Amino acid sequence: MANQLKLEIVTPEATTFSDSVDMVTLPGVEGEMGVFPNHVPLLTQIAAGEIVARKDGRDLFLAVGEGFVEITGERVAVLTDMAILAENIDEAKAEEARQRAEARLREKLSDDEAALVNASLAQSLAQLKVKRKHRA
Amino acid sequence: MPSTRDIRRRIKSVKNTAQITKAMQMVAASKMRKAQQAATAGRPYASLMNNVLAEVTHHVGDFTHPLTEKREVRKRAVILVSSDKGLCGALNGNLLREAARLPKEGMLFITAGRKASQFVARTRRPLAAEFTYRDAPMFSEARAISKFAREMFVTGEVDQVDILYTNFVSTLSQQPAVVTLLPVGEIKGVSAGVHGESLSDDLLKGPTEFLFEPSAGEVLGGLLPHYLNYQIYQILLEAKASEHSARMVAMKNATDNAKQLIKDLTLEYNKMRQAAITNELLEIASAAMALG
Repeated sequence: MANQLKLEIVTPEATTFSDSVDMVTLPGVEGEMGVFPNHVPLLTQIAAGEIVARKDGRDLFLAVGEGFVEITGERVAVLTDMAILAENIDEAKAEEARQRAEARLREKLSDDEAALVNASLAQSLAQLKVKRKHRA
Repeated sequence: MPSTRDIRRRIKSVKNTAQITKAMQMVAASKMRKAQQAATAGRPYASLMNNVLAEVTHHVGDFTHPLTEKREVRKRAVILVSSDKGLCGALNGNLLREAARLPKEGMLFITAGRKASQFVARTRRPLAAEFTYRDAPMFSEARAISKFAREMFVTGEVDQVDILYTNFVSTLSQQPAVVTLLPVGEIKGVSAGVHGESLSDDLLKGPTEFLFEPSAGEVLGGLLPHYLNYQIYQILLEAKASEHSARMVAMKNATDNAKQLIKDLTLEYNKMRQAAITNELLEIASAAMALG
């Protein structure tokens, strides 16, 4: 059996990440979840947060938006609205996006709009969290 | 026999036309590049989602969701995705020919794009809703269409929802395609139709059972609407890429034709001019001879 996982992170704009890794930590809706090779097949939702991919003893960090994850024994497929590697996060931009989203939330919004703004707020918060945690 | 002045006037007018078509060609070419990029960039996501959903619906067992419910088809709705403007060759013609072929009974139309609305109005077919989408389609525009279609399906107003659009194959080739959106269920490559590859068999033979977290109902309840939204979004991108490609090619042809026409007319014009000069010389020579 394979003792590596094929991790694919795909957003509508591009395939952000596609590589073999030893272990993945996902921000599941019911809490953080670590996935090793030969995991039972599972379909789950993730919340905006941080994905940690461990490869050869090194950890890679990505900020992701909400989405879906399909796990089979040898593959982890992540479908999400946003995915960005920690070192590519632009903190100033994320902070600006967060403030914009918060300002929008104070306006009167329909349910659909509010859900959208909340999602983008969660995305920028996830980026900020990942960036600040891993600042060297 | 037209006079030289007529021909000169004609050349001038053809030149003007060529200038316009050339400008439109340039604009379409730059928009085409962007639209094609957007359409192809979205494909990995769409295809991964198709695979996931196909695998999952295959293994989910006897779970049902309102959006997967299969009923006897009494009423159908078709979402017709066309361009807003013409001057793009046979693009809309081909699409609407397909639309005209659909049976008239028990058929409702939902349109996206002005040409589709005009077609439905002209042929007096029942129109359920009219949507618009921009040059760079927005996800929210797709969501609006998807939401409307879902509601019609769930309330039982229609029993099936199809979408008719132009699939982008390459710059030179765009094909009308029909995909069934609702009920979601037969995902065997439905949606692989978006880019023409079919699901491999071993994919469906994969693991025998899936776990769901938090629960099958919740995960699919979130995934299915998202799948539809995204499917429609991808289709809008494909339609836009097709439109700009078709327009670019049509305008290029028009420019080439105009240039050819100018060449022919100029030749004709020069011939006539030469004939006139020869004639005049002849007249002078013969007059001189008669006098001498």
